[in-house]
Amino acid sequence: MALITCENLKLGYESMVVIDDLSFSVNKGDYLCIVGENGSGKSTLMKTLLGLHSPISGSISMDEGLVQQEIGYLPQQTVVQKDFPATVWEIVLSGCQSRCGMRPFYNKTERKLAMKNIVRMGLCELKKRCYRDLSGGQQQRVLLARALSATQTVLLLDEPVSGLDPKVTADMYSLISDLNKKDGITIIMISHDINSAIKYASHILHIGDKIFFGTKDEYINNNIGFTGENAL
Amino acid sequence: MSEIFGTLFVYLAYPFVRYALVVGVLIALCSSLLGVTLVLKRFSFIGDGLSHVAFGAMAIAAVLNVSNEMLLVLPITVICAVLLLRTGQNAKIKGDAAIAMISVGALAIGYLLMNLFSTSTNLSGDVCSTLFGSTSILTLTKAEVWLCAVLSVLVVAMFVFFYNKIFSVTFDESFARATGMNAGAYNLIIAVIIAVIIVLAMNLVGSLLISALIIFPALSAMRVFKSFRAVTICSATLSVVCALLGMLISVLAGTPVGSTIVAADMAAFGIFYLIGLGGTK
Ligand SMILES: Nc1ncnc2c1ncn2[C@@H]1O[C@H](COP(=O)(O)OP(=O)(O)OP(=O)(O)O)[C@@H](O)[C@H]1O
Ligand SMILES: [Mg+2]
Repeated sequence: MALITCENLKLGYESMVVIDDLSFSVNKGDYLCIVGENGSGKSTLMKTLLGLHSPISGSISMDEGLVQQEIGYLPQQTVVQKDFPATVWEIVLSGCQSRCGMRPFYNKTERKLAMKNIVRMGLCELKKRCYRDLSGGQQQRVLLARALSATQTVLLLDEPVSGLDPKVTADMYSLISDLNKKDGITIIMISHDINSAIKYASHILHIGDKIFFGTKDEYINNNIGFTGENAL
Repeated sequence: MSEIFGTLFVYLAYPFVRYALVVGVLIALCSSLLGVTLVLKRFSFIGDGLSHVAFGAMAIAAVLNVSNEMLLVLPITVICAVLLLRTGQNAKIKGDAAIAMISVGALAIGYLLMNLFSTSTNLSGDVCSTLFGSTSILTLTKAEVWLCAVLSVLVVAMFVFFYNKIFSVTFDESFARATGMNAGAYNLIIAVIIAVIIVLAMNLVGSLLISALIIFPALSAMRVFKSFRAVTICSATLSVVCALLGMLISVLAGTPVGSTIVAADMAAFGIFYLIGLGGTK
């Protein structure tokens, strides 16, 4: 049963078309990696999936059980304000906002959930710290904890490891992999790191002059995306 | 010292001084609440623009000889807040430029109208008090005091009710949208609250000094505190204390109310800046 199905999507801005005729589907429990060059339209695709941007034509259908409130999202650049005075706790808790509806305050369940995600991301000592005083890697983990507070179903990650050092990057990948394997959360991730994409993902979507969608093994055999490496 | 308190009690015996103090405290409380949001969401331009619109509306009210000016100024300012927000989101028209156009236009038209149609003998005095507040806080009628009080309570209640939503929308609007929040609606609510605050604050400090009243307490609190809640509470407290201090000083020393309050806010900012510097070391 497909969680998200896209058919003949055409994406772009005003008159400029970025992606044409894109079809793919994501099943529950999949780990989909989206790869492609800078400017090929990966972030645009993700924003479209999130409903922040509307497609020029084509359709996106979500499984009936999946509502917008169940999507977690980690943006590419931290567009959040640099000077914002907020503690880690306040930010992770704000991920629960979509569960509240019109209710003005968070209830016990939501507080527990936020605490669980703080523990899960290893942020206990940082709970009371101010977000703007954290390192890039720590900030990224805070935002991932926030995304987890928003979802148990699908997590969309736009280059979650950009700007992180190799060790933190490896930690981040194994964290995400755990979420996928142990908690059964469907992952849709944009990445430039093809080796890690192949190591962890179950499916690969390659965007560019040629569009490819299939399982990891099909991708390896197909050889798209490897042109860079073969040249070396 | 006792002499000063003596003078103070003499003043406090007058009902209009008591009204002024109560209203001043309420307005100061409201105006500080959205300061952080205004600064970080780059809405401070809208705040500035709106205060000029409120001045224009005030001029129209004066020309039309409306008895309770706020009843006319409030709707005009709220409508402009909604319009400015719309243009700000429209990528084609540069938001800042639109705001600058509207605000400067409102100032010019306002002054023009006052000049052409005003029946008052003391025109420059009128203009000055609309811009800088001067004595208007002491001339509030009982009806105006009640209106101010009701609006202030409403603003505080709205802020408390939407506190968590305002936090989410201010901190990361696209995440809020992506997870299914109606961010547009909350932006609208924020803009309307700002408009109400500006109309209220105009009574206290006049239209040119409103931004100071809104932004200084938040900036001061952000120097020292690290959480959104602490910053909010601190800036509200700070704003009330500074307003009270400013009003008392202005009554005793005969200085203009608005600028005295803003001066107090600036002094507080200086102190908090130094504390912040010490804290990071
Ligand atoms: N808001 C926008 N308005 C107009 N064009 C845009 C906008 N955002 C992106 N584009 C264009 O759309 C194309 C795709 O951009 P997108 O951000 O989706 O690329 P990307 O694949 O995520 O790149 P990167 O790897 O650098 O993150 C680019 O050519 C870009 O210039
Ligand atoms: Mg991108």
